[in-house]
Amino acid sequence: MTYLAKPKLHHPSLPTNRLGYTRRDYEGKISTLCAGCGHDSISAAIIQACWELAIEPHRVAKLSGIGCSSKTPDYFLGNSHGFNSVHGRMPSVLTGANLANRDLIYLGVSGDGDSASIGLGQFAHLIRRGVNMTYIVENNGVYGLTKGQFSATADAGSKSKRGALNRDAPIDMVSLALQLGITFVARSFSGDKEQLVPLVKGALNHRGAALLDVISPCVAFNNHPGSTKSYDYVREHNDAVNRLDFMPKRAPIAAGYEPGEVIEITQHDGAVLRLRKLAEGYDPGDRLAAIGHIYQHQARGEVVTGLLYVDPSADDLHGHLNTVDTPLNRLGEADLCPGAAALEALNASLI
Amino acid sequence: MNAPDQGRLDEQLARTARPRRLEAINDFVIKFANVNGSGSASANELFARSILRMGVPVSPRNIFPSNIQGLPTWYEVRVTERGHLGRRGGVDLMVAMNPQTWDGDLQEIEPGGYLVYDSTKPLPPSRFRPDVCAIGIPLTDIAASRFTDAKERQLLKNIMYVGALSAMLGIEPEVIAQLLGEQYKGKDKLVRPNLDAFMTGLNYGREHLGEALGLRVERRDAVGDRVFIEGNAAAALGCVYGGATVCAWYPITPSSSLAEAFQRYCAKYRVDPATGKNKFAIVQAEDELASIGIVIGAGWNGARAFTATSGPGISLMSEFIGLAYFAEIPAVIIDVQRGGPSTGMPTRTQQSDLLACAYASHGDTKHVLLFPEDPHECFEFAAASLDLAEHLQTPIFLMTDLDIGMNHRLCAPLAWDETRRYDRGKLMRAEDLDAGGTFGRYLDVDGDGVAWRTLPGTHATKGAYFTRGTTKDAYARYSEAGQDYVYNMERLLKKFATAKKLVPQPIVRKAAHKTHYGVIYYGSTSPAMSEAIGVLERQGVHLDRLRMRAFPFPDSVAKFIAQHDAVFVVEQNRDAQLRTLLTNELQIDPARLVPILHYDGTPITARFIAQAIAQRLEGANAGPLRAPRAS
Repeated sequence: MTYLAKPKLHHPSLPTNRLGYTRRDYEGKISTLCAGCGHDSISAAIIQACWELAIEPHRVAKLSGIGCSSKTPDYFLGNSHGFNSVHGRMPSVLTGANLANRDLIYLGVSGDGDSASIGLGQFAHLIRRGVNMTYIVENNGVYGLTKGQFSATADAGSKSKRGALNRDAPIDMVSLALQLGITFVARSFSGDKEQLVPLVKGALNHRGAALLDVISPCVAFNNHPGSTKSYDYVREHNDAVNRLDFMPKRAPIAAGYEPGEVIEITQHDGAVLRLRKLAEGYDPGDRLAAIGHIYQHQARGEVVTGLLYVDPSADDLHGHLNTVDTPLNRLGEADLCPGAAALEALNASLI
Repeated sequence: MNAPDQGRLDEQLARTARPRRLEAINDFVIKFANVNGSGSASANELFARSILRMGVPVSPRNIFPSNIQGLPTWYEVRVTERGHLGRRGGVDLMVAMNPQTWDGDLQEIEPGGYLVYDSTKPLPPSRFRPDVCAIGIPLTDIAASRFTDAKERQLLKNIMYVGALSAMLGIEPEVIAQLLGEQYKGKDKLVRPNLDAFMTGLNYGREHLGEALGLRVERRDAVGDRVFIEGNAAAALGCVYGGATVCAWYPITPSSSLAEAFQRYCAKYRVDPATGKNKFAIVQAEDELASIGIVIGAGWNGARAFTATSGPGISLMSEFIGLAYFAEIPAVIIDVQRGGPSTGMPTRTQQSDLLACAYASHGDTKHVLLFPEDPHECFEFAAASLDLAEHLQTPIFLMTDLDIGMNHRLCAPLAWDETRRYDRGKLMRAEDLDAGGTFGRYLDVDGDGVAWRTLPGTHATKGAYFTRGTTKDAYARYSEAGQDYVYNMERLLKKFATAKKLVPQPIVRKAAHKTHYGVIYYGSTSPAMSEAIGVLERQGVHLDRLRMRAFPFPDSVAKFIAQHDAVFVVEQNRDAQLRTLLTNELQIDPARLVPILHYDGTPITARFIAQAIAQRLEGANAGPLRAPRAS
């Protein structure tokens, strides 16, 4: 949502990916968010992840709701179709888009107001259905665009910039998603690109709904002492459960992993997720343990980050609906219309 | 004049020259009063179908409660050799099987009419009417003597009264036997007891009731090639033929059976025989907001998508409808209207969502509405609405109602032109983008207000744009500039004017004699209106008529109104919603449009229309015709 066109000058020495694209080819318009906004870091992570995965930008459909976070799809993947829908309703619009064409990559960007308050119902049902998508919640615990009201993810006891105390219990998107049957869920922090980029890549390659709850401090309204979603608070209370490196099958990278500390997970498309466990004995294949882990750390005021749960064999909504392989939007009369003779036969039976 | 006056009108009409004992062949109204959940529905439908199979048109109406078991339910069958498929008003033969509603049911019977009841327990004379012939059948006694199972006794009692009625009315037993065979095909176990019960009733009727009824059914050949189908099923079939691949819905009476029929027809016609996979996706969503969201997402991405709902669903969908209007995304919304406002009368019919749909959502909006008159048009218009939605890139509302949607109606056979191609609208493909030229998502290239669009994933570097509900310029760039906003709003008006020529045009029929008066009507009012025109003609009242089939109103509508001193606008709502649309959109002096309104939740009757119009005209003869105050 910018008035400014972004200059398209490419430095000749910019590195290119497998498709010959530079990172610039994955950028969008100039962000109009506040300087230092965590959301811009997430946009940068999305750009980096898509570039590294060598995704064709136009094969991505990016959808959002309403709010600061929902503006961001304009600021990355400029050659993708984008859809800024209505407040809290990105999940249903994305579900419909996904049903129409199963061949595209679907990226939904939302915020805590958009997904935990007005859109909680749609958030829940998208996860239940297992729509094949990456769902990024840019979570700052506050309504930025309307200037600083609490959102439903604000922790009880946290203070607004104006000094108001939040007494309502917070909604934890990650444990809620786990209860709803999510098949890939991670939490990260917008300021931790090293952790975030591989998580975005893993989510993009997951078949089924993949949720990334990214704590993204609001520099304008929720980055003050007393807030539990400020940069300082999250940095001090971050407890990463694992380090994740995403490695597409085509180009395996053997980086410095200590034997015994690595878990390899083969994703549905054959791509491999490698998790470096930082927490002793953490198993991202155990849904119940993930919920327990989150609650235990929450009780200590800690924010658990990393890949908390993944089911690499998950199916998606198209699988549940048993739809044909050809995208539905490409079917024409020959496939869809039963024809005049069938109708005549039907007429004859209708008396 | 409005609905509550109808009872009085009927009484007046009934008092004039009625015989002591009604006599009619193939022209009467029979009503079954039952308790819902007692298995009466299938017996009553069997009754209606048997007459149809004898070549005599029938028009059945299910008047049911918002409940599963234990509340009153009625099934009214109009037997009408002349093919008057609207509700007539009044009942000639009441089959009173529900003690809860006995008194009201008795009141409804025309003088000289008949009452069939279960006479197992004697009833005092005070529970009967002297001017109604009571015909008692000891159904419970007979059922108890023939069947041992309690549930069977109850269920088969219904078939037994069908047997007794068949004897009295002259319905051919072979027809019933054949229908039972079809209904329970492959379930011989069920055919036998049903047939047994039917024959028991038939024999009782033949032995004991003889000539008790003055009403008869005689075999004719008056049905022709017409088909007997519910509007919801026909609309669902229209969606299959029209190429809908995505259906998202939330259960709500009276539209649920539409989505269910779509599922059924897709299972029949849309499964790839080679792979067993589905060429459709149906999602029962969590609510109506999600339903329309899914439809909009699919439409944005190039799949033909629809939702079926009713009034409360429209209210919930309104925000999204505004998005689809402003961002210009194809969507089809089938509104099977019921009684509103709020939860209203969930199982009764009305045409009361016109304004809610025509101007749905905040801000300045106008939407295309289609008004089918019967299942045939439900099929046709459903397919047409999918074309219109893509051609105009906007939501299209198919406005049916419970009366058309949930009742079997005799109508012209469904037809499909094999050469017909889907109108995918102005869609730029990769080769079009490569051919050069400017792509502006909201650029009015052709001067008809409809811009070209691209689908996601079309081209690596060209044609991508950002869809949004906020203001944008002709190139889909975010803009807060007043002139950009005005450009798009004016273009949307132009597009709406374009729609006038594309929607189903009104059907005008001139009266046999030159007249100063006209009548405008639409949707399910159609059969009752046609009959009322005949009634009025016999009284010397002639009316030119226009059946409205869509909004926006084509130019011929204003012309029709201008040609008459006054035009009656017949509707099934309290507030004269079509009349409001006419005055609002065509700048017509409201005094020229006389509302005739029926809105008690029952389908409008020919008697009501004829009486109401005749009364207005009588009043008009005493002075200038004025729009009466809605009372």
